[in-house]
Amino acid sequence: MPETAHPIPAAVAALVPRLREICGGDGVLTDASRRRVYDTDGITHHREVPGVVVLPTTAAQVAAVVGLCAGSGVPFVPRGAGTGLSGGALPHPEGVLLATSRMRRIVEVDPDNECAVVEPGVTNLDVSRAAAPYGYYYAPDPSSQQVCSVGGNVAENSGGAHCLKYGFTVNHVRGLDVVTPDGVLTRLGGKAPDSPGHDLIGAFIGSEGTLGIATRVTVGLTRLPERTVTLLSAFTSMDAGGRAVSDVIAAGVLPSAIEMMDALAIEAAEAAVACDYPAGAAAVLIVELDGPAAEVRSQVAEVTRLCAAAGAFETRTAADADERSRIWKGRKSAFAAVGRISPSYIVQDGVVPRTALPEVLRRIDELSRESGIRVANVFHAGDGNLHPLVLFDDGEPGAGERAEAVSGAILDLCVEHGGSLTGEHGVGVDKACKMPRMYSPDDLATFDLFRGALDPRGIANPYKLLPTPRLCGEVPGVRTGVHPLVESGEAEQF
Amino acid sequence: MGRQGTEGVRAGGPRDAVCGVVPARTARPRDTEELAGLLAEADRRGWSVAARGGGTGLDWGGRPPAVDLLVDTRGLVRIDHDAGDLVAEVGAGTPVSELTAVLAAAGQRLSADPVRAGGTVGGMLATGLSGPRRLLTGALRDLVIGMTVVRPDGVAARSGGRVVKNVAGYDLAKLHVGGYGALGVIASAAFRLHPLPPALRLVELPLPSLAHAERRLALLRAGGAVPAAVDLDWPARGRSRLRVVLEGTPAGVDARAAEVVASLGGGLPAEEVRVSGELPPDWGLLPAGGTLVRLSVPPADAPAAAALAAELGGAAGTGARTTGSARAGALVTAFPPGADAGAVSAVLEGLRSRPGWSATVLRAEPHLHDAGIDLWGEVPGLEMMRAVKRAMDPGHRMAPGRFVTDTPHTRREERP
Repeated sequence: MPETAHPIPAAVAALVPRLREICGGDGVLTDASRRRVYDTDGITHHREVPGVVVLPTTAAQVAAVVGLCAGSGVPFVPRGAGTGLSGGALPHPEGVLLATSRMRRIVEVDPDNECAVVEPGVTNLDVSRAAAPYGYYYAPDPSSQQVCSVGGNVAENSGGAHCLKYGFTVNHVRGLDVVTPDGVLTRLGGKAPDSPGHDLIGAFIGSEGTLGIATRVTVGLTRLPERTVTLLSAFTSMDAGGRAVSDVIAAGVLPSAIEMMDALAIEAAEAAVACDYPAGAAAVLIVELDGPAAEVRSQVAEVTRLCAAAGAFETRTAADADERSRIWKGRKSAFAAVGRISPSYIVQDGVVPRTALPEVLRRIDELSRESGIRVANVFHAGDGNLHPLVLFDDGEPGAGERAEAVSGAILDLCVEHGGSLTGEHGVGVDKACKMPRMYSPDDLATFDLFRGALDPRGIANPYKLLPTPRLCGEVPGVRTGVHPLVESGEAEQF
Repeated sequence: MGRQGTEGVRAGGPRDAVCGVVPARTARPRDTEELAGLLAEADRRGWSVAARGGGTGLDWGGRPPAVDLLVDTRGLVRIDHDAGDLVAEVGAGTPVSELTAVLAAAGQRLSADPVRAGGTVGGMLATGLSGPRRLLTGALRDLVIGMTVVRPDGVAARSGGRVVKNVAGYDLAKLHVGGYGALGVIASAAFRLHPLPPALRLVELPLPSLAHAERRLALLRAGGAVPAAVDLDWPARGRSRLRVVLEGTPAGVDARAAEVVASLGGGLPAEEVRVSGELPPDWGLLPAGGTLVRLSVPPADAPAAAALAAELGGAAGTGARTTGSARAGALVTAFPPGADAGAVSAVLEGLRSRPGWSATVLRAEPHLHDAGIDLWGEVPGLEMMRAVKRAMDPGHRMAPGRFVTDTPHTRREERP
């Protein structure tokens, strides 16, 4: 009996009849076998079977479900398409998993106001598809864009390969309807920019479901560029490739994307998809330039010259969609391709200042040689966002732990060099305990003050984003509110 | 931690007045630590606190009932510029002009047009407004990648960092940009920078009518020129004009400017369409006197909104000139100095009655404050903002009366 394997906790079971009234019978999943489908998001080593799954179809239903949770103190976890890579949608075993997958309506495409209004379950790519007939697209393009949802993008402040030039979700959202953890539906902004008062839209985006759920999103659309050209440059060393990146940026050129792959990543991609990158390359750079034809022409010449000067032994130029996709094929397949050269791997996500790239890449190489753990590097070089793939054999005892150690050491390198724990995957449950590496106790306490302002009961996606004693052991970094000794006047706080 | 307390605190004078209200005292901390000590002391003493930079925005926002301490941030001067990373971390008291000069020497810029001359970086952030060049790189709020703020209890806390791509933690800086210091005092901020474009073209043309304006803007949207700014200037009387800014390579901007002229200039005498190579010195600056209203509308409504403001002003017996980004729908309506409170209210009411539009008063002249004019209108999400205010500033001491969470109306409600 699956029910006995994962019984519904009593506090959740008590809500089920009311949840069925709100969402309809088919909008509430109670069978353990059906709940188990939702036990993980894109990061599969964290698993929890949710107490119950609800699939609302309207904002009013979302508000009613959250209101019910607020009234009973039962936690809720928002979920979009479940593609996140930090466990942000990891269910709470004693809570409600609230999936937006049935809220998939594109409410409106408004080319005159260069925006679209969509429900949170609409996929990222569907926004661009709907906008294309008008000559527009939705600029943030996470690699999962075919399946990931706009609501999930809002929660994670998703970017994509082209965020170097076009920015992240937060730079494109003009309006949000949100259900806050008290179950209240609030409309923030709309088609007009710069909503008055505090920029709550900006603060909500990237809050990883800890401040509530977006039930409607107004996104700005971007004109499709007149011209797009993709360059592939091959180098005999990573250093030379890195130099080319710096030189391009220093020359004042702002490509829409600059991606870099090292020899191991190239080897994997060749084995998987025969991408036919130049033989003998120790590093390849993919540079994409877009905009008015008159500008792109001179930028292509400039970037080609700079790459050659930095030591590129071959540069290919692709101007039509077919040739471009051939260049991108190797890069886009890289993560999956690594699966062919290694039984297991960890994808890390860290950021360093661009100028620190050569130094950090050398240190990663040292870490790899010292530990005997192979690391493949595929990354967004333009903004210093590293995605080292730490390879290991899960059949070998202790290999997973050694790989975790290398992966963690790489993150430390990022923070040491003035970077970030995460550039795009988010904190979620995966990096919550690592937040004290980047932020001081006072910084974390201030994040917690803000969170508590909108979720005083602590029911919105608990144990995510900030470290907690339950998740991380004793965390000196996090306090809630004023220290009791300060409050009683027995101590001062500096 | 010893450097704190009330040393260096002096009595406030008329030049420190916040919307005409002279603060009891003022102090100029020299670094974040001193600022933290000062605010901790203010917390212990229960002082109400406002902050100032260059003083150019002291008459912006709501009028405080009283200010016990005015923090002068002009001692917080620091520019830490990583040219190779296109990032700068800047002290709040740094003059915007100084930052601009330092960045320009390295061929870079903070891509936001200041709206006041002589201001500081902190003042620009706290009032939150930037000018028309926002279409490619975003407005000021889009360029902040990290911020250190001293909380009302004197705790300095950072969010974000010094890299552009970063999703670790809440983006609290968003709450402080345009937050008037209501949740704490900004000590420093890190910005993403952009290279100065090698060339710029300004295309300027008249807009003889509303229909003409709407048609020209639709043509511009449909074209491939990718402007950095589309600035509308709609005076109370006389002809309106459109200014399109193109940034890029010399050859590129010439070709794009020619395209804009060919597409938009149709039907206009050639001598009325002007192309120049630089922006005028007063680009983006708002009038230094008179009442100012921020008008946010769906972009396609921008010309109609500007025309309506002029019409409503005319009917109420005052001029109302509207400028700003037509492509973004981010406008400012300026009234001549001395404009009557009743007339301004009538314009505000008319603008606020349109669905999806908002009109908030940036700067009210003293007689408007005396008349108790509603600076904000209806603000969506106000309950959420109040919840944040209660959590971050439980004593309601910061920026009293200056911001929407602490208007006379909300004070009555929340401080019984």
